[in-house]
Amino acid sequence: MSSSHQHETDVLIREQGYDDHFHEHHHGDKFQSNFITHYIFSQDHKIIARQFLITGIFWAIIGAGMSIIFRLQLGFPDDSLAWLKPLLGKWITINDAGVGALNPEFYYALVTMHGTIIVFFVLTAGLSGTFANLLIPFQVGARDMASPFLNMLSYWFFFLASLVMFISLFLSTGPFAGGWTAYPPLSALPEASSGSGAGMTLWLVSLTFFVVSVLLGGINYVTTVLNLRTKGMSLWRMPLTVWALLVTAILGILSFPVLVSGFFLLMFDRGMGTSFYLSEIFVNGHALENVGGSPILYQHLFWFLGHPEVYIIILPAMGLTSEVLSVHARKPIFGYKAMVYSILAIGFLSFIVWAHHMFMSGVNPFISNFFVVFTLIIAVPSAVKVFNWISTLYKGNIRFTSAMLFAIGFVSMFISGGLTGIFLGNSAIDIQLHDTYFVVAHFHIVMGIAAFFGMFAGVYHWFPRMYGRFMNETMGRIHFWMTMVGAYAIFWPMHYMGMAGVPRRYYRFDTFDAFSHFAGLNQFITIAAIIVFAAQLLFVFNFFYSIWYGRKMTTQNPWGANTLEWTAPIEPIHGNWPGNLPTVHRWAYDYSKEGADKDFIQQHLPLTDKEKAEAEHH
Amino acid sequence: MSTLISSGTIEQKSRKGFYAPLFALWAGMGSIVMMFGSLTSAYIVRQGAGNWLEFRMPDIFFYSTVVMLVSSVTLHGSYWAFRNNREMLYKLLLPLTLVLGIIFVIMQYQGWNALYAIGVALDGNPGGSFFYVISGIHAAHVIGGIFALTVALLHAFMLPYKPTEKRRRRFQLVLHYWHFVDFLWLYLFLFLLIQ
Ligand code: HEM
Ligand SMILES: [Cu+2]
Repeated sequence: MSSSHQHETDVLIREQGYDDHFHEHHHGDKFQSNFITHYIFSQDHKIIARQFLITGIFWAIIGAGMSIIFRLQLGFPDDSLAWLKPLLGKWITINDAGVGALNPEFYYALVTMHGTIIVFFVLTAGLSGTFANLLIPFQVGARDMASPFLNMLSYWFFFLASLVMFISLFLSTGPFAGGWTAYPPLSALPEASSGSGAGMTLWLVSLTFFVVSVLLGGINYVTTVLNLRTKGMSLWRMPLTVWALLVTAILGILSFPVLVSGFFLLMFDRGMGTSFYLSEIFVNGHALENVGGSPILYQHLFWFLGHPEVYIIILPAMGLTSEVLSVHARKPIFGYKAMVYSILAIGFLSFIVWAHHMFMSGVNPFISNFFVVFTLIIAVPSAVKVFNWISTLYKGNIRFTSAMLFAIGFVSMFISGGLTGIFLGNSAIDIQLHDTYFVVAHFHIVMGIAAFFGMFAGVYHWFPRMYGRFMNETMGRIHFWMTMVGAYAIFWPMHYMGMAGVPRRYYRFDTFDAFSHFAGLNQFITIAAIIVFAAQLLFVFNFFYSIWYGRKMTTQNPWGANTLEWTAPIEPIHGNWPGNLPTVHRWAYDYSKEGADKDFIQQHLPLTDKEKAEAEHH
Repeated sequence: MSTLISSGTIEQKSRKGFYAPLFALWAGMGSIVMMFGSLTSAYIVRQGAGNWLEFRMPDIFFYSTVVMLVSSVTLHGSYWAFRNNREMLYKLLLPLTLVLGIIFVIMQYQGWNALYAIGVALDGNPGGSFFYVISGIHAAHVIGGIFALTVALLHAFMLPYKPTEKRRRRFQLVLHYWHFVDFLWLYLFLFLLIQ
């Protein structure tokens, strides 16, 4: 794209844009704003987005690193882990023969922390936090979030949550070890296991701060989308990214408080002697006084959040994928309205399926039936979306950039993982599959890998918007192919293990006759995991390298995309647009439109006479 | 890198004249509704499982409910007075509301003592524990409202009386939140009464 085009854009916004009487409230001269207010306690949505992203990357490395350690244990249970002693200290015990073994209690702690970190810190905060902040104000044509101050607080509560969780990793009794879902009684009785004491206390404190962060962020996102859209940006002209992030925020506002209720009752059980979740329990041969509680109650409260939470993770990835697919296939997204209605339907249904996580917890089988039906219905809007993504690709003029590869990979992963969900959603089949590696395979493919792919697509695509430079494409493609092949190599075999009944969360399998023949498969999975982990380090390298040394962005709209963030100056400014805000005249998907001189028409371009005539005709 | 991003704050106006902070407050209240909705659902589920302590609610909770309802009326009166240039009435009813709010929290505390006196303990049967927890978490939200009222009070007595649109908006935020915790309590009270 030529710089004359850029000039046209600027003139158009100046002359026909929307004048919101914007003037910056400078507190002193801009050169006085120091490093602290600039990069640390910043209230600018673009900086906050980067803070969420980089904190998310930090946690992703830790969370994935933990999985490598416990995979080593599963793949090579007899090999010495003594070399990890400098890192893990007393959690590696070395016997007389010099063979180092991972402490089983710490193995559980690693599995628990891996899940907590990836689900909440990486795929919730790192994903929504980054892209809601970056894209909502840009794509709806706003100067910033409705409340930049609360937005800043949202990040700092996340930081606080991170800090507390990080400290818990170094406790002498170890971090919490009862699984990411923190079911009582392990989570409710400080004496139940070594991680249930201080580790669990810090876990609860951390996640409570985390919920505050999600609520502050979510309220801001919803308010911004519904109140601060620029002139002409009707709801039906919003890009699918914004739709997805909007519904994600609504789900968060409605479901996280329920988790907090569950946590409150848990805190009372832990500290005040109540018996909400506890009844007739023996610890070390002593009967506890608690009677009358029900651990199932916690499961209801947890999964009432927990299931919407999985959609809180996947919806933003779906939105990013839709946008990237359309831009790089140079085609309008297929079935835009159907996509929006599917997002809304998924959001609604996600609140009435939670008990499919509890088929085997002893809930009434008649109640299970209700949840089976709604669980299977949720596959319908999911399938609509898949159909539309594939149709968008069909006969597209596809540019296989790294972003596009990851978006296509997302679709593949979502299909594979969604199909296994349908098996699990049948309560009768779940009798065999519950708590086995089949479930592990299901949710890692559909949520873990797919959401990561959506996130990678987003990072490669919007990196120029964030840092003014491009990421390296060669490294990006290597990253993609290693991750795509490697992720299937890790998780595909787990389905077979699960069908054979191999339970999740066990410390080793070689001691069970029924499962010992999977030893080779377990080794294979571990090796694949190490290779995939290495590929992620390549991504991290590429990311930081490109911030400083990547190819510079020289035009405002390098991908030829229609959305408004690509009309703002390359060098980001406070308030996003220098003078007027762009006015919107069309939806976000006018790609390869017949009769147009370019294969894209940006949202702020007025309708041509021909288009006007057509619009009147309909 | 992006040297132009300054540390100034941004104030934007909603194009449709909608007041964004009020919208945000309502979203936040929606979130609080979900929290209490889940606590009362948990109550019902647990109660349905049997082994449930039945007891008569101490009378003081009836009186505290009346205090809470009256405080909503006084605050509304104060808001009305603020808009209609009745400065005296405005400055009278606002502190009165604050006092009523504080009295409400004290009465709730006495109510818990009364419960304990009749043998319903926090760490006893969940039938009692739920009562303490639900009313306790509600009281925490009222205390948040008391802080908001205090800010409104400072505005009333530290700033010259001027019923500008900006100040009305701010007052409105406090008003809506206070009505919200009021009606929330009414719901919880009736729920706990008939269960
Ligand atoms: C077609 C749609 C889907 C269906 C029918 C479905 C069904 C199920 C069922 C029945 C389970 C419980 C299995 C058990 O514990 O025995 C489950 C587990 C799970 N699903 Fe799905 N699922 C679907 C899509 C998704 C999506 C899109 C995500 C996330 C983005 C997801 C994330 C999870 C997670 C995280 C778990 C396991 C949680 C745990 O126990 O640790 N699922 N799924
Ligand atoms: Cu679920």
